[in-house]
Amino acid sequence: MGSVEPPAEPPVEDLPEELVEPVLVAVPPAASSDPGAEPVEPATVPTTAGRRAAARTQERNPLAQASPAQWLGALQTAAREVFGEQWEPQLARLLAFWRRRLTGDYPVDEYGFDAEVTERFLLAALRPLARSWFRIEVRGAENIPEVGGALVVSNHSGTIPVDGLMTMVSVHDHTGRFLRPLGADLVFRLPVVSALARKSGATLACQEDAERMLRGGELVGVWPEGFKGVGKPYAERYKLQRFGRGGFVSAALRTGVPIVPLAVVGAEEIYPMIGNVPALARLLGLPYVPITPLFPWLGPLGLVPLPSKWLLEFGEPIRTDDYEPGAADDPMLVFDVTDQVRETIQQTLYRLLMDRDSVFG
Amino acid sequence: MAADARTVLVTGVSRDLGRRFARRIAAQPGVRRVIGVDVVPPRGDIGDVSFVRADIRNPVIAKVIAREDVDTVVHMSVIATPGSTGGRGPMKELNVIGTMQLLAACQKAPSVRRLVVKSTTTVYGASSRDPAMFTEDMEPRRPPRSGYAKDVAEIEGYVRGMARRRPDVRVTMLRCANVIGPHVQSPITSYFRLPVVPVVLGHDARLQFLHESDLMAVLHHAVDAEVPGTFNVAGDGLLTLSQAVRRLRRPMVPMPGFAVGGVGSVLRSARAADFSPEQLAFLTYGRGVDTTRMRDELGFSPSYSTAEALADFGAGLSPTGGRGARVVDELAGRLPAPAPTPALHGSDLDG
Repeated sequence: MGSVEPPAEPPVEDLPEELVEPVLVAVPPAASSDPGAEPVEPATVPTTAGRRAAARTQERNPLAQASPAQWLGALQTAAREVFGEQWEPQLARLLAFWRRRLTGDYPVDEYGFDAEVTERFLLAALRPLARSWFRIEVRGAENIPEVGGALVVSNHSGTIPVDGLMTMVSVHDHTGRFLRPLGADLVFRLPVVSALARKSGATLACQEDAERMLRGGELVGVWPEGFKGVGKPYAERYKLQRFGRGGFVSAALRTGVPIVPLAVVGAEEIYPMIGNVPALARLLGLPYVPITPLFPWLGPLGLVPLPSKWLLEFGEPIRTDDYEPGAADDPMLVFDVTDQVRETIQQTLYRLLMDRDSVFG
Repeated sequence: MAADARTVLVTGVSRDLGRRFARRIAAQPGVRRVIGVDVVPPRGDIGDVSFVRADIRNPVIAKVIAREDVDTVVHMSVIATPGSTGGRGPMKELNVIGTMQLLAACQKAPSVRRLVVKSTTTVYGASSRDPAMFTEDMEPRRPPRSGYAKDVAEIEGYVRGMARRRPDVRVTMLRCANVIGPHVQSPITSYFRLPVVPVVLGHDARLQFLHESDLMAVLHHAVDAEVPGTFNVAGDGLLTLSQAVRRLRRPMVPMPGFAVGGVGSVLRSARAADFSPEQLAFLTYGRGVDTTRMRDELGFSPSYSTAEALADFGAGLSPTGGRGARVVDELAGRLPAPAPTPALHGSDLDG
């Protein structure tokens, strides 16, 4: 795994990680600089002569003896240690960032998308998983339009929709664009998940939102198989499920944006679902409760995904702007285009599976 | 009837916004007389407005309209909380029966040419199945079964019925987002005035606000512009609940939805705030409305954005939290050579 470390990251992506970590790291150096400051005090104590008792009462609280100047000096050293020579602007930038977050002084768009937190935290946190754990290999990223609305249509698998998150990271790393996922209403009903989904740019998978986003020139991601795809048993891996009613196609037709088919290989093996507890699922209001070789037997450890090798291939965009107006209301045409997209993804999946040496290869 | 001799009837003048709007419209040239109607007399100064103490729930209102030769009716007496009416029963009666009587009176009076109804975006409800932005043509995903939202849905139904039966009356319905401002007393403002704000754990509602002065302006605009139809009215942009609370420098206490409901009922008995079920749904899932039609057809643009409206509301509040931000400020102030933050701010977002 370690051998496939990313050789060189673009500097743009380095920035967030640098800015995230110092928050956690900046405290220990400051704390560890206290012992560093202490050696100074014993040096001053002996010079105040041999009245040891008096010196001892002062020594009770060695921290209080450090003068503000010493503290500042220690902090500066620590900051230089963490941020390098350019520590002042770096630290100022970090503080400005925290100030913005704490005072709510950041923009969100009408879907609740918070670009700053998505880029610096969410994607930064997912990136190591994408690069080192799943070793994602992206093909055909040039098929994603650089500007304007487009609809990325992908297969869905993996018991927990990790594939959506990995696609978001990969798209952002290869094109610099944010993929705006369309999520099931369950996503927006669950606490924590719903807040994170909105912040990371997702919105509800419904005709109104899909068209609104596409008209607004966003890069929208959709997984038409839905829960039928994510929650299918391991035995049916890489067999595409039904693509719903083709609502995504009519949304693309109405807005005239290209459809980019995406085939994801690897997500099927992260949590191989060998069983389901429908009664518990009904009780909890969930679409399924999975049983995998590791879950629930190993408890939280069973939630660690298996490190399968992933391949993502973006296919050639399918144009939808040369149909006549009203094509979106023609069910025959919508089904044809849906089948075309589905077939493209299915064939790509087969091809990618042949390309992959082994599941964990 | 000549436009320069208008007689305007405003309902709900006992409350602050109604009273201020009545005064504002009375000061306009072109308006001969403004009649303010309510069950209880207004508390503040009503200036040139003639107050008629009448209950819109009984047919007396029809006599007032006929006698005064009213040509414009502005209906502002739809209330969101039981408050002073003394319970949900009287509130529903005032809202629904009151509107029915008022509309019946308008329908019978040949002098009435213009009807402006202040409705609310609550009519769209709030749920996890909502589209991000409601347009005027969209229906709530779950029809409201009780409370304020149901009252408003019924009121809107009666208003549409009235518009069908009297096509010569220009009916404008304004679905206003939550009105906020230094003088507004409403469920949402008393919520934000709480020293510690309970929020629903794991959800971050999207909110839109309308500044009180923009509410006045849009009602005024609707009376003048004579554009019939239904319009969403809200300030530009959205804020999330956590963002709004942080901007007001208030501490947040996340707790599960049912607990927030429980705290709400305790606060209600203490008369500090009121959490109705639809309010709780709103604070959980939030709501956004599309205001394209307000700009393009009604021709109105609010002077305060959602963020500015909140800032103006917050200016009158003393912050109870925001310690974290102060600590950061302190640290930034101690930096030996503070870097120009505004410039970094911009480059930060780009980078």
